[in-house]
Amino acid sequence: MSTPRDDVALYGLIAEYDTPDEVVRAAEAARKAGYTKMDAYSPHPVEGMEDALGLRPTRLGFVVLAMGLVGVVAGFGMQWYAGAEFYPLNIGGRPMNPWPSYVVITFEVTVLLAAFTAGLVMLARSGLPRPYHSIFNAPGFERASRDGYYLCVESVDPRFDASAVRTFLEGTGPVRVEEVAT
Amino acid sequence: MAVTSGVPRPVVETKRVIGRGQTSGGIDDVVNSPVLVGPQRTPRWWWIGFGISLALLGLYLFSVVRLITVGVGIFGNNQPVSWAMPIINFVWWIGIGHAGTLISAALLLFRQPWRTSINRFAEAMTIFAVVCAGLYPILHLGRPWVFYWLLPYPNTHGLWPNFRSPLDWDLFAISTYASVSVLFWFIGLIPDLATLRDSAKSRFQKLFYGVLALGWNGSAKAWQRYNRAYLLLAALSFPLVLSVHSTIAMDFAVSQVPGWNNTVMPPYFVAGAVFAGFAMVLILAVPLRRAFGLEKLITLRHLDNAAKLMLATGMIVVYGYGVELFYAWYSGVEYEIFMAYNRVFGADHGWAFWLLIACNLVAIQPLWLRSVRQNPLALFVISLFVSVGMWLERYVIIVVSLTKDFLVSSWGNYVPTFWDWALFIGSFGLFGTLFLLFIRLLPSIATTEMKEFAHHDAHHGSDAFETIREAYYRGEVRA
Repeated sequence: MSTPRDDVALYGLIAEYDTPDEVVRAAEAARKAGYTKMDAYSPHPVEGMEDALGLRPTRLGFVVLAMGLVGVVAGFGMQWYAGAEFYPLNIGGRPMNPWPSYVVITFEVTVLLAAFTAGLVMLARSGLPRPYHSIFNAPGFERASRDGYYLCVESVDPRFDASAVRTFLEGTGPVRVEEVAT
Repeated sequence: MAVTSGVPRPVVETKRVIGRGQTSGGIDDVVNSPVLVGPQRTPRWWWIGFGISLALLGLYLFSVVRLITVGVGIFGNNQPVSWAMPIINFVWWIGIGHAGTLISAALLLFRQPWRTSINRFAEAMTIFAVVCAGLYPILHLGRPWVFYWLLPYPNTHGLWPNFRSPLDWDLFAISTYASVSVLFWFIGLIPDLATLRDSAKSRFQKLFYGVLALGWNGSAKAWQRYNRAYLLLAALSFPLVLSVHSTIAMDFAVSQVPGWNNTVMPPYFVAGAVFAGFAMVLILAVPLRRAFGLEKLITLRHLDNAAKLMLATGMIVVYGYGVELFYAWYSGVEYEIFMAYNRVFGADHGWAFWLLIACNLVAIQPLWLRSVRQNPLALFVISLFVSVGMWLERYVIIVVSLTKDFLVSSWGNYVPTFWDWALFIGSFGLFGTLFLLFIRLLPSIATTEMKEFAHHDAHHGSDAFETIREAYYRGEVRA
C-alpha cells in the first residue's frame, strides 16, 4: 500500500479518522499547510468543518429569495391577468381585481417556486444526481456514510506531491491513509 | 435481532431524549437492519398488516370504480347536505398530515432536538395522509376525470379557473403542500439512502438505494449546501402548513352558512389539525418503536412531549368550540343561534356533539399527569379517542350546519350510504399499504440526524434542563 502506483491516475490521498474532532483538526492543519483542493467526507454535518476547510458561505439563500420573488409576481400576475384583463367575470357585482382574494394563491406559488429552487439548486450545485465519483474508489469508503470521517487532498492541488501529502496526512493521527484512483 | 425473533425482548425504557451510549454504527444497525433483511425474513406482523391493508385498498379501489361507473349518487350527499362524508374525510386526513410537517419544520426552526427521531416517519405519515385526503375532493366532483379544469392551463375553452373562489385556493394549497412535503421528505432521506446503499447486501438493494441516493458522498461542501437547503425548506414549510389548513377553513368561513361564516375558523382548524396529527403520530409511534426495538431512539420523552402538544392543541380546539357557541349568541343572528342550539341539543345529531366533547375534551384530561404521558398504552388509547373526536368535529361542522340552515322548507337530513363508509374505511387501506411499504423499504428514523445528535449528546448532554434537573435530584443544585 505504501508504494505509489504509477499505473492508475491518482484522484488524491485520503485519510480516515474515527471521530469528527480529529478530522476537523486535520482539515485545519491541511489548510494551514497550504493545501486548497481538498474535501472532507462525513456521515453527518460536522460542526466547525466549514471554517476548518475555509469554505465560502453558500449563496443558496439568495437564489431562493430571488425565485420566491418571481413566485410573488408570477402568482399575483396570473390571477390579475385572468381576472381583470383576459376574462373579467362579474360575480355578484364584486370587484374585478380583489387583491385579498389573490393572497392565498400568490403565497402558494411563492412557496412552491422557492422550495423547489432550494431543493433542486442544492442538488445541482453539488453535482447530484451523479452516477460515478472517484471518491468511492477509496478503500473502505462505505464507512463515510456510517461512522467514518475522511479528509481527501486531491491531486489537482497545486502543492500536491504524493509522498509529501502522505507524510503530512500520517502526521495528523488517522486510522489509515489510502490512495484514491480516479 | 429485535425484528425477526419471536422471543419477547426486554424493553429498556429511557426518559432522556436519546438513550445513553448511542454510537453512529449502533444507530445504523438498529434502524437499518429491519430495512435491509431479505424478503424471507420480513416479520410476520408486517405481512398480516400488509394483507389487511391490501384488502382494504381493494375495497377502496372497488368503491372508486363504482363511483366512476355509477356516479356520485352512490353517496348519501344530496341537497341540502352536498358536502358530506367525502369532505369530512378530506379535512380529517389532511389535518392528520399537519403534525408531520410541524414536527419536521417548526420544531427544527425552534431548535427542539427531540424532533429528530420522530420526524422521518411523521413526514411519511404526512405524505400518505395527503394522498388519502387529496383524492376525496377529486372523487366527489361528480366528473372526477375532468378535475384538471381547476388548474390554470391553456385550453380550448378559452377559460381560466375562478381565482376568487376558495375552492381554487384549496387546489393550489393542497398541491403545493403535497409536492413540497415530498421534496422535504426526499431531501431529508438522501444521506440515509446513501447509508443504506453503502451497507446494502443484495443486488436489488444496491441498485434501489444507489439510484435513490443520487450519488451522495457526504462531502463538506455538499453538507454545507444541504444544511442551508434543509433550513430554507423548513422555513418555507412552516407557514405553508399553517396556510393549508387556514385555506381549508376558509372554504367554510367565506361561505354564509350559519356555523361556517366565522373568523375563528382558520386558527381553530389549524389547532385541530395539529391535535389530530399528534394523535396519529402517537398511534403510529407506539407500535413502531416496540416492533422495531426503537425504545432508545423514540423514548418516553418523545411520547411525553407529543402528548403535551396534543393536550395544548386540544385545549385550543375546545376553546374554539366555546368561541363558536359564544359568537352564535353574541351575533344575535337567529340562524346562528338556532344552528348552535341544533348542534348541541338537536334531536338528529346532538349525540355527535356530546360524543365529540367526550373524545376531544374529557378523554385528553388525563394527559395533565406525567405518568399518563409516559405510558405508551394509555397514549395509544387516548389518541384513538382523539382521532374519533376530530372526525366527529368535522361531521358536526359540515353535516349539522347544512341539514338545517335558513329556510325551514329546505331543511333535510343526511345518512351515509354503504359506499360512503366503504370509501372511508378503504382509505385506511391506502394509508396502511403506503405506510407499511415505507417502514419496510426506508428507514423510519433519520439516522443521519440521529448520529449528529448522538455526537452532540456525548459532548454536551441532550439538553441543559435535564442536566440541571439531574443535578437537582442529586442534591447538587437548589431550586
